[in-house]
Amino acid sequence: MATIVIDALVARFRDPVKGDGVTGASVGAGGDDTAFVTRERLLEVCQFLRDDPGMQFNMAPYITAVDYLGQEPRFEVVYNLLSTTRNWRVRLRVKVSEQDAVLPSVCGLWRGANWFERYCFDMYGISFTGHPDLRRLYMYDEFVGHPLRKDYPLRGRQPLVTELEVPEEQFRGPGPARRSE
Amino acid sequence: MSTELDAIPSIIPTRRDDAIGALEKMVSQGLGWARKYSLFQYPFVTACCGMEYMTLASARYDLDRFGAALPRFSPRQADLLMVVGTVNCKQAPILRRVWESISEPKWVMAFGVCASSGGFYDNYATVQGIDRIIPVDVYVPGCPPRPEQVLDGIMMLQAKIQGQHHQLTEGKPLPVLGQAPRQR
Ligand code: SF4
Repeated sequence: MATIVIDALVARFRDPVKGDGVTGASVGAGGDDTAFVTRERLLEVCQFLRDDPGMQFNMAPYITAVDYLGQEPRFEVVYNLLSTTRNWRVRLRVKVSEQDAVLPSVCGLWRGANWFERYCFDMYGISFTGHPDLRRLYMYDEFVGHPLRKDYPLRGRQPLVTELEVPEEQFRGPGPARRSE
Repeated sequence: MSTELDAIPSIIPTRRDDAIGALEKMVSQGLGWARKYSLFQYPFVTACCGMEYMTLASARYDLDRFGAALPRFSPRQADLLMVVGTVNCKQAPILRRVWESISEPKWVMAFGVCASSGGFYDNYATVQGIDRIIPVDVYVPGCPPRPEQVLDGIMMLQAKIQGQHHQLTEGKPLPVLGQAPRQR
C-alpha cells in the first residue's frame, strides 16, 4: 500500500552522496509509514506529495512537535499527511535544534496548516518562516515561555488578574495537607 | 418652652427603633423569600460540566421547580452566576468582568470540582478555583456533579439567601440619567 509512498520518497529525495534529504524511512501499519526529512528538503517533499498525480496528499490533518529534552537536535516536528483520493497516510518527521528552531511554513501548500504551526510556535517556540500570521494560538500574548517544553515548570501559572486571598492550607482531599509531607 | 416630656430619657425612640427594626426584618424576609425563588442564572459554561448543566435545566431534573429556570445570557439580567466548568488563566479576566457586570444582589455558584478548586488540572493554564478571582457562595463538588447535587446546592443557596439581610434600597442616591445624583 503506502510502501509506494515511502519508496518513492526515498528514491526521489535521498541524496546518494551526502545521505541527506530523506534520511530514513520505515513502513508500518495503518498510517505509521514514516519518513525522516531534513529541513532543507521539507518544502520540496511536501510539494511533491501534494502535487504528484500518483500521490495527491491534499490534506494535512495534524502537525505537531515533540520535545526530546537532552538530545540534539532537541525538537522534532511531525507532519501527518492524508491523501483523500487514495486513502493513504504518511508521516514526515523533521528535526530542529533549539538554537535554530526555524522551519519553512507549509501554509502555502495546505491552508489548514496555519493553526497547527501557530500551535507549535505557542507551545514549543518553533517558528515558521513564511507563515502569514505567526501568533500564539492558545496562550495569551502576555504569557512568557512555551508551556509544552519539557523544561517549563508544570505549575508555572501566569495569572492575568490579581488573585484574591486564598487560605494557605487548602484541603486537597485525603492525604497530607501539604505535598511535601 | 420645655415640658416634662423633654426630661423623659430615650424610651420612645428605642420603641420606634424597635418598630422600624421589626418592619425592616419583615421586609428583609419578604425580599429574601422573593429573591430566593426567582434566581435568574447566568450560566458561564466553559467545559464538560455543561452537559450536566443541560440535564439539570431540562425536563427530567427541572431546575424550574426551584425558581431558577431562566438562563439569562446577559449578566445585566442575572443574579446567580453559575460557573460551569474549567476556568483557565486566559478566561479569568472575562469571568471577573462578567461578575462585575451583574447588578446587586448577586450570588455565585461553583459548579463542579474544576470551578471549585481547579480539579485535576493542576497545571500551567488552569485557575485553581474561581474563588481566587470572584467570591463564591456555594461549591458543588463532583466531576461532573450529579444533578441532585446541584439541586442540593441550589437549596443551600436558597437557605443562605433567606438568612441574608435584604433592603428595598441600598440607601444610596439613585442615579438619574442626565442629571447629577440627588442627595438624600
Ligand atoms: S469538573 Fe469534571 S466534568 Fe466538570 S468541567 Fe471539570 S473535568 Fe469537566
